[in-house]
Amino acid sequence: MSALTDPHRESFRLSMLLSDTRYRSYTFQGIALAFLIAVMAFLGANLLSNLAAQGLDISYEFLGSPSGYDINQRPIEYDSQSTHLRASVVGILNTLIVAVLACVSATVIGVFAGVLRLSNNWLVRKIMAIYVEAFRNVPVLIWILIIFSIMTVSLPAPSAFRGEDPDSSLLFGAFAFTNRGVYIPAPIMGPGAWFVIGAFIASIIGIIALRRHAVKVLYDSGKVVKTFWPSVALFFLPTLIVFFLLGRPIGLDLPALKGFNFQGGIQLRGSLIALWFALSIYTGAFIAENVRAGIQAISRGQSEAAAALGLRPRRIMNLVVLPQALRVIIPPLVSHYLNITKNSSLAIAVGYMDVTGTLGGITLNQTGRAIECVLLLMLFYLVISLSISTAMNIYNNSVKLRER
Amino acid sequence: MKKTVFLGALTATSLIAGAAAAATLDDVKARGKLNCGVTTGLAGFSAPDANGRWEGFDVAVCRAVAAAVLGDPEAVEFVSTTGKTRFTALASGEIDLLARNTTWTFSRDTDLKFDFVGVNYYDGQGFIVPKALGVTSAKDLDGATVCIQTGSTTELNLADFFRKNGMSYEPVPIETNAEAIQQYTAGACDTYTTDASGLASTRATFETPSDHVILPEIISKEPLGPLVRHGDNDWGDIARWTLNALIAAEELGVTSANVAEMSASAGTSPEVNRLLGTEGDLGAMIGLDADWAAKAIAANGNYGEIFEKTIGENTPIGLARGLNAQWTNGGLLYSPPFR
Ligand SMILES: N[C@@H](CCC(=O)N[C@@H](CS)C(=O)NCC(=O)O)C(=O)O
Repeated sequence: MSALTDPHRESFRLSMLLSDTRYRSYTFQGIALAFLIAVMAFLGANLLSNLAAQGLDISYEFLGSPSGYDINQRPIEYDSQSTHLRASVVGILNTLIVAVLACVSATVIGVFAGVLRLSNNWLVRKIMAIYVEAFRNVPVLIWILIIFSIMTVSLPAPSAFRGEDPDSSLLFGAFAFTNRGVYIPAPIMGPGAWFVIGAFIASIIGIIALRRHAVKVLYDSGKVVKTFWPSVALFFLPTLIVFFLLGRPIGLDLPALKGFNFQGGIQLRGSLIALWFALSIYTGAFIAENVRAGIQAISRGQSEAAAALGLRPRRIMNLVVLPQALRVIIPPLVSHYLNITKNSSLAIAVGYMDVTGTLGGITLNQTGRAIECVLLLMLFYLVISLSISTAMNIYNNSVKLRER
Repeated sequence: MKKTVFLGALTATSLIAGAAAAATLDDVKARGKLNCGVTTGLAGFSAPDANGRWEGFDVAVCRAVAAAVLGDPEAVEFVSTTGKTRFTALASGEIDLLARNTTWTFSRDTDLKFDFVGVNYYDGQGFIVPKALGVTSAKDLDGATVCIQTGSTTELNLADFFRKNGMSYEPVPIETNAEAIQQYTAGACDTYTTDASGLASTRATFETPSDHVILPEIISKEPLGPLVRHGDNDWGDIARWTLNALIAAEELGVTSANVAEMSASAGTSPEVNRLLGTEGDLGAMIGLDADWAAKAIAANGNYGEIFEKTIGENTPIGLARGLNAQWTNGGLLYSPPFR
């Protein structure tokens, strides 16, 4: 036995590192790695020595001291006496808010546009093609600035809502569109409000259960159970009944002009809207192409077979094509979500206080701790990106083809 | 072993690079140009004119230093900086001198490792509002939306002012003065706050400046001055004494009109002689020609001339000398003696 393997081992010569395909890739990877380490070490040493030469050091102590500046959009308690760390957290939350909003709306827009791009209707198809091309090919920063400028210039200032005969008035008495943002009513939770919300959640669960039951009955006995109207009824009735029985525990806080600005309600600032909207339509265009590619990847035979079975076009889409297309669509979707999160750092262009604006902007500038802040920022975006990919990978694994 | 040698060599190289960067004067001379950081455009202080030539009160400091060092007031490369990018630009060596209405503060001088070479404008922070708003005092601004340049001292003063007075406000952070004007004129903010000089300059660019008022309250001290990197004291001295030369020239009656004649030969005033290099060797002490100050003054005139030409009462900006008069006229300008 050993006589057989020994000659192999002895026959290894140094030159084989280059000539033998088994080792060659290791050689190149090794060289590349050594090179990379050397470059990193050079940059690191350069940084440290130059910092030392200027009498600077790396320290994160500034995170604990009061920030001294105010932030307009504060998802958590914050004022100018809070620490830089808290300012960073406010920034992180603002980043997450706009990223989540934009991911959701970009997906909705993308799926619609992608499906409609394959529509049989010439006009619809062309309109969607124009949308996709126009928005994919103009940098997102331009879209952000365009939308923001249009909002500031074309919408009225809050003062236009003032006086006996104001130039502008609230839409439905509840929505104010101003150049400082859009004010919408906010719910006021009275005592018992949670019962209403509970009832609503329970009805949603009920609707899901009903649909499951319908499918089961269909498979077991071939009977079709009608679900549409019962679902609608379940959706509205129980919640409304509880709402009125408890004496309307959820009220509306309407925005009203007080002093310089609208008070009450929820303010969606112009910067948030511009960023959200621009990211959604821009990324939506990419997702649309994705969705179209995913659908076209499903062989025609599938839909023809489904049609031969007598399924109607919408059902073919929903039951046969889309579930398979999802497997093609999801992996690139992850990278679009990552792009949205990273592109949200363009917030700075319209003064939206995301983490680049607080930690990487004002904090960096007021403390002069550029390297520290930028390292923290990189860490944050890395963690977020990795979390999104992990989550999407888990989802992807759950829908991918199980090979038996 | 080999690796440590390698890294050691690398460190040595980068140290040498760092040391070389320290002699700013040599760099500027070798380059033949002064890299000077200015605003992105603030009428009267630093803004390109119709021909693209930079003009203004801060620009004049850049030109004076270039004239003193290189003998040519045009040998300046102007670098636009925002409130946020200016310090990185200076610290990284992209610019040799920052003249961008920057407030001299403790932490900028110490923690950020810069050296302010003096004050060329004593200022304070104010608020501008449209007359139609009917506000007459900054104390009436409770609940207002305020446009504010990020990365400025004014941002911090604003927070302090509203907190101290128990008022609330909505900050709208913006990057440049141009953006602020856009937001303010569209009514997206009720008021814009920054250095009062900046407000005067901004107001001058409005269609009808008289529709806007600067509120009486000045909420902070903003001594604005040019600055250099900490650590190169020789370069700091050159910038400091060039500014002092402009101020002293006004006090001593040296103007752009008479500087050529006065520096041709020694006159009767020993201090003027020392300033203009016809007596003594002050220039050599800072590594420059004997007539360095004469060249600096010839570039744009003395401090008073620069003031009148760029932001003074006969310009659209219309600022009075006020605190920025010579100490002999009840102001704060006081150059140490040239001796
Ligand atoms: N003096 C303050 C504020 C300086 C500042 O940013 N001023 C504004 C308004 S006067 C400016 O120069 N803007 C010109 C630009 O946007 O480039 C500081 O040093 O932080």
